[in-house]
Amino acid sequence: MQIVQELLFVILFGLAVYLFTKKARQIRRNILLGQDKDLSDYPDRRWKNVLLLAFGQKKMFRNPLVAILHFFVYAGFLIINLEILEIILDGILGTHRLFVPVLGSLYPILIGLFEVLAVLVTLGCAIFLIRRNILKLKRFISKDLDGWPRSDANYILITEIALMLLFLTMDTADQTMQLRGSPHYITTGNFWISGMLTPIFSGMSDANLLMLERSCWWLHIVGVLSFLNYLPYSKHLHIILAFPNAYYATLEPVGEMENMPAVQHEVQLMLQPDLAANAPVSDVVPKFGAKDVMDLTWKNLLDAYSCTECGRCSAACPANITGKVLSPRKIMMDTRDRLEEVGRNIQANGTFTDDNKTLLRNYITEEELRACTTCNACVQECPVSISPLDIIVQLRRHLVMEESSAPTEWTGMFSNIENNMAPWKFSMDDRDKWAAEMNG
Amino acid sequence: MHIKTMAEYAASGETPEVLFWVGCAGSFDQRAQKITKALATILEKVGIQFAILGKEESCTGDPARRAGNEFIFQMMAQNNIQLLNMYGVKKIVTACPHCFNTLKNEYPALGGNYEVIHHTTFLQSLIDEGKIKMQEDGTFKGKKITYHDSCYLGRANNIYEAPRKVLETLDAELVEMKRCRSKGLCCGAGGAQMFKEEEKGSNRINFERGKEAVDTGASVIASNCPFCMTMLTDGVKEVGKEETVKVLDIAELIASSMK
Repeated sequence: MQIVQELLFVILFGLAVYLFTKKARQIRRNILLGQDKDLSDYPDRRWKNVLLLAFGQKKMFRNPLVAILHFFVYAGFLIINLEILEIILDGILGTHRLFVPVLGSLYPILIGLFEVLAVLVTLGCAIFLIRRNILKLKRFISKDLDGWPRSDANYILITEIALMLLFLTMDTADQTMQLRGSPHYITTGNFWISGMLTPIFSGMSDANLLMLERSCWWLHIVGVLSFLNYLPYSKHLHIILAFPNAYYATLEPVGEMENMPAVQHEVQLMLQPDLAANAPVSDVVPKFGAKDVMDLTWKNLLDAYSCTECGRCSAACPANITGKVLSPRKIMMDTRDRLEEVGRNIQANGTFTDDNKTLLRNYITEEELRACTTCNACVQECPVSISPLDIIVQLRRHLVMEESSAPTEWTGMFSNIENNMAPWKFSMDDRDKWAAEMNG
Repeated sequence: MHIKTMAEYAASGETPEVLFWVGCAGSFDQRAQKITKALATILEKVGIQFAILGKEESCTGDPARRAGNEFIFQMMAQNNIQLLNMYGVKKIVTACPHCFNTLKNEYPALGGNYEVIHHTTFLQSLIDEGKIKMQEDGTFKGKKITYHDSCYLGRANNIYEAPRKVLETLDAELVEMKRCRSKGLCCGAGGAQMFKEEEKGSNRINFERGKEAVDTGASVIASNCPFCMTMLTDGVKEVGKEETVKVLDIAELIASSMK
């Protein structure tokens, strides 16, 4: 019987790891569809960002109360997963609480700590559920989240609560059995939380308790392995990708827009015709800006997979606040949805086969793009170092430079700059009129 | 007073301490010209040798680049850089945060490397050095002033304290809007929005911000950007407070209160 359980566990565990790895590789392939961008400079400053922004969740603390709750859930979930190591080894080896002899009196302290965290995770998730479904915070009832995204958020919170409750129930049953001197249950010493809960199970028979403890153990680990495989399909992937995304976050002042060397070069040749005579002729026509996800950089695509749809960006966006259709969160969700669609296309056809769709227009409209003031509020707010603005600007570049699509006022502004060196139709000769007035 | 151009300095074989980059708004917009004049007056008063490019100055290219027209940006930027490098410009002060951001952050990639200072930071250093001294009983003493963080000075370049320190010298009561510093709400002009009609929505961004500023009860809204100036002035009009609430640039506040 024991060997059957062990075998079952090994198969389940292997399957979970296999499926997760497979999906993770697909996501990696999708991200690498993006354009090259070298972000390997200043590793010291980048690691500092990982520590501050990802591990330290610095940006979350712009709202301290929520930050603390989130920190409980994050730290709790992460640290409790150390216990998973023991559970996995127990599962493979058919042992029970393998680490007790190794850790001795430290063991109940560690488990006690995990249990306290489990209670905090449960509380945190419960409060988050209330904020989403009862208090209905504005950024959670936005139409960006209609349908699957809203359910996704609730499934994640409910699953985390369920996993924590299974863990606590398992420990309580275990502690009760220990008190009864059941030979199968190795004496560990008192666990802080479950140790206090044993009276709840005092009326249960040994057989039922054993059944309960084993059921919780199995449900918990099956739940964890399922959750692992749910991650890549969910906004919750941020628990993994927030780390690389912090590493690759921009180190420049956010006001700086990425230079376009191809355009720089063309304009150089135009302004200095003598250079043009000797310039090598290239028959590759460069594409300006981005129309689809493959035209964006791989960092933009990593951003899209890192987004957990919290909506802090849209809540701070001046366009969104004043009722425009632009929502930076939707920009990120659209980018990910389109990228997943492209990924499925590649999966089915071997290589990408034109589907007559693009990120621009099929997902993101011109009206959204034109509402942006490039104020960087979305970039500032994002706790996981995403720049929706970078995507907006690249799509704008495509619109203007590839399609000559701009509002008429902008077309006028462009020609004013080109002809009068100012965005308005003023004479260049009047540029220093104010000085002449002062000079008297 | 005689405001000299770089060409005049070059002709006499001299180099000024600093180039005053005026920008398109500061040159052509009637309201912004007052900011330009205020800053020129301050520089003159404290005896800073400065020059302007005059008719040779061109748009930095900021609105074109942000609208998506990189060609126009590159044309402007490369011409400007050629001119600035020809004059051997080392230090630039500007009263426009958009020009500031472009000159400081985006010109280096194209070969234009200068020390670029926004006028609020420059004013702060002049105050710190004791070059600007304030009147004992200035116009704004005891008055309520609220400061609007422009996006391109604040979030884009992390400058939040210098303008506030300058305002402190006015002996006024500084009141903050709820959305201030890195949480500051945009005036609605950036990203080339200044040059087109706003997209449709439930409110205008400058009305939203103007109301927030007026709601602080301040009689002066201090700005650091000619575009914010336009937007906020309209926002204040929208709530019918243009008689009691003035939108003034930090340079104007200092110019009218310094000895």
